Parts: sequence; C-alpha cells; structure tokens
Amino acid sequence: MTMIRTHWLEARYGFLALARTPAFTVPTLLFPLMFYVFFGVIFGARGPSLAMPTYLLATYGVFGIIGPALFGFGVGVANERDAGTLTLKRATPMPVSAYFFAKIAMSLVFGAAIISGLFALSAYAAGVTLHRVQWFQMAGILLAGTLPFCALGLAVGSWARGQAAVAIVNLIYLPMAFLSGLWMPISVFPEALRTLALAFPPYHLSQLALKVIDMDQGQSAILHVSALVAFSLAFLVIAAAGFRRVAAL
Amino acid sequence: MPIVATMKDVHHAYGRIPALRGVNLAVRRGEVLAVLGPNGAGKTTGISLLLGLFPAQRGHVEVFGHAPSARATRLRRGAMLQIAGLTPTLRVAEHIELFRSYYANPLPLAKLVKTAALDGLEQWPFGALSGGQQRRVMFALALAGDPELVFLDEPTSGLDLEARRRLWGEIRRLAETGRTVVLTTHYLEEADALADRIVVIHKGQAITEGTPAQIKARTAGRRLRCITTITCDELRRRADVATAAASGQHVEVLTSEPEELLRWMLSADPKLRDLSVSGAGLEQAFLTLTEEAQDVA
Repeated sequence: MTMIRTHWLEARYGFLALARTPAFTVPTLLFPLMFYVFFGVIFGARGPSLAMPTYLLATYGVFGIIGPALFGFGVGVANERDAGTLTLKRATPMPVSAYFFAKIAMSLVFGAAIISGLFALSAYAAGVTLHRVQWFQMAGILLAGTLPFCALGLAVGSWARGQAAVAIVNLIYLPMAFLSGLWMPISVFPEALRTLALAFPPYHLSQLALKVIDMDQGQSAILHVSALVAFSLAFLVIAAAGFRRVAAL
Repeated sequence: MPIVATMKDVHHAYGRIPALRGVNLAVRRGEVLAVLGPNGAGKTTGISLLLGLFPAQRGHVEVFGHAPSARATRLRRGAMLQIAGLTPTLRVAEHIELFRSYYANPLPLAKLVKTAALDGLEQWPFGALSGGQQRRVMFALALAGDPELVFLDEPTSGLDLEARRRLWGEIRRLAETGRTVVLTTHYLEEADALADRIVVIHKGQAITEGTPAQIKARTAGRRLRCITTITCDELRRRADVATAAASGQHVEVLTSEPEELLRWMLSADPKLRDLSVSGAGLEQAFLTLTEEAQDVA
C-alpha cells in the first residue's frame, strides 16, 4: 500500500511541480502546436493535397513528445541532483522505482496532452482524415516512443549540472529534430544527410509513425524498433555511469 | 547503553584527498551526539557513510545492526542534510506528504507542521520561504517517518541567531522524546548547548570525545593576554602552556596552570603589562585540541 501511494504521490507532485513552471509548460506544450498551425494548417492546407499536414502530424508528434522527456526528465534530474534533493531522497526509504515511474509518467502525461492537441488541430483545422485505427496506432507509437528520449534525458541529467543540462538539451533537441526529418521530409534531403539521419533516434521513431500513414522511407519496422531499443540501452548505460561517478564523489 | 550505530576504522578518500582516516564511532541509544569539527574535517563524509549514500572504502559501518543502506535501516532513521533545496514550486504540505508516504508509520502531517513550527506555511511554495523556514521544512522531512535515529548535518549553518536558537529548541524537544540524535556542527556553542557527548574530528580523525564538560576540563585552564618581551616560542617550550600566539602587540596564552605560569612570566619579564586573565570557553578548548592534533600529525 505504502509503495503504491509513494509511486502515485511522486508522480502527482512531479507533474504538479512542472505544471506550475510556465518556463517548462509554455514552450513544451505550445511550440509543437504552434509550429503545426504555421506549417501544417496555414501553409500546408493550401497545397494541392493534404500530404504536408498529414506528414507533419506524425513528425511534429515526435517533436512534441521529445520535449517533456528531455526537459522534464533530463533537466529535472539535473536540477534535483544539483539541489541535493536526489541525495536527500536516497537517504529515505523511497523506492528508486517511484522516482523513475514519476518521471516517465510525467513525460507520458505531457506527451499525451501534446498528441491530443496535434490530433485535434490536424483533424479539425487542417482537415486530415485517418482511420480510427490509424489515430490509435499513431498515438500508441508516439507514447511508447517517449521512452528512448526519457533515457536520453536521464543520460544528460546524470552527467550535466542544472543550467548546463538546459543548454545541452537545447543543443541536442533542435538540430536532432531537423536532421531526423521532423521539419522537412527526409526525402528532400541530400543522400549524405539521409544516411546521417539513421544516427538519430527521432528519425527512427518518426519513420514508425509515418508507417501508419504510409509516408515512411520504406525501411523495415524491425530496423527502427531495434535502433530505438539500442539507443535506449546505450543512454541507460551512459546514465548509470554518470550516477556512479556522482555517488563516488 | 545499547549502541545504535557504529563506525569501525573507517577510511574514505575522494581521489587522493583523504576525508576520513580511521574513524571509530559508536552512537548510543537516546543520546544527542555532536560531531564537532572545522569545515573539511570529514563530518559530512561520516554522515553520508552512516546514511549509506555510498559505501566506505575501508572499514565497517553499521546502523541498527544492518548495512546503513538497508531498507530496514532507512525506515527507522531520518536525515537533514546540507542541501540547497527542494522543488521550489511544490508547497510545504506537499513535500511533507510525499516524505510521509515513504514510511510505514509516519507522524501525522499536523504534528510535523507543529513540531517544525511551520503553522500557516503549509500552502506556501517551498521557493517562497526564507532560509530559516526552508531549514524547518527539511527538519519536518527528517522527522516524517517517526524515526528512532535522526541525523542532522550542520542543521543551523547559514541561519541567523534567532532562527538558530529556535531550531535548537526543536532539537532539544526531539531528544526529550527519546530519539537518538547525531548532529554535526562547527559551532562549538551549538555542540555545548545541545549534546550529551561530543566527538571532535579533525582532518579525518576523531581526536577526542567526552561530555561538553569533560572536553572543556581537558583543556581547563585560563587564557592570559598581555604585552611582553617573552616570545611565543619560549612560551610554547613550557609544559604548562597549551598554546601561545601573537595577537597584534599582545600575546595570548592558553594554560592549565595559570598561577605557576604567571609567576614565571612576571619574573622573566618584569615589564610585562596590560595583563588580563579569563576562563577559556569551549571555543578555546576546541582550538587547543585541534592544534594539538596538528602538532602531533
């Protein structure tokens, strides 16, 4: 009972703490929606087909769920490590699982809010029509796709201090999103950049999401899933090394 | 008296910098133990090892008969650490509720609020509190699980006099409820005011221990202050001189035999002037102890 309550309260208060921080909520919630309004609704809907708003639904969906995972999880861990909150909690009987459960739950809740907003905009403002199954598939892929970015956030947060973590996350987030084809279709990229995209986790997640609407590059889903699993494991190894280093200090 | 926590020949270093060099410590049930030492003496490292935040590189640490990091141990103790803060946007009551949820038999929220004198601040965001109020929240968190053993790492550092005295009152009340308290401090007055027993640590070693009265008696003596032609070196050569140091024109001497020393000094320097003799407080005693340790090292 105590354990369940701890998991619930950690998640609830982790969420509340972020929800009360406009510097976090405004950019992470509004940017993906705002970009979608500009490029998906205003520009995209003028085109001859709904290709652009449909493509961007998947890729801005990926862009959207990365934000809370990197900023909420990554910067959150860095800040709590900096302030000593993490050390204080390690001295208590708090189960470590509650800490990570809370951070992942927070990323999922914010991710779900962003996905809902994007879906509503694309269906009602841009006029994108998908089968009900496709909506659910895409939402499922995007939410599950939060996890590798939680791992990346954790890797950053375990090594960098608070303010440095913010800078590193910003440095990773936008270039990685762009080079993964989240803004412009990967098919318009030169050959070298298309190959380079394979090195970025958002590319693989966006390809999986684009598969739902048959707009992907045609590589196998197994490749993308394996790549995401491999990235996640690598990030977790980096994070574990980071925490070990801190504990030894 | 039963022992609740022990450290046996514990060594710990950060890279090449030693923090603890063979510390032995036994915490007895129901006592208030002050670990006293200057900054960098190894106090926080010692507390961290007792809390199981990281394992000791050498030696043995045990709390309630278990490893300090064991869950069974964590459930029975609480800690207030020297940390910068908690999530600033969460409210006082939310922080306390969260920490209460970690324990099997937590104290009621209302009782914690009252004990830590946080009445009326329950709905305040942590970040909006003053330094003293934030420390009291940390104090409430340390007590959340109704612990038998409480570690307080420099609980009053950075507090103004009034806030410090207030927290002292709360720590005393804690001891009155039968809990064991281990606190670290570099305020000698604090150790004297709160502790049943003091362990002085210096450069990673426990150099002496005893009741505040014993610690003072060990260097019982007087402080002489005067202007004289006798040099500090000459004074230090005498067995009855604990320390001697120049202070502007004056010389300050700490001695166990003030009358004997004074007779000698007056004969050696008949022109000795501006003499004052005063009792040595714990502050002086402490300086003497750490200086002795330094001379031996």
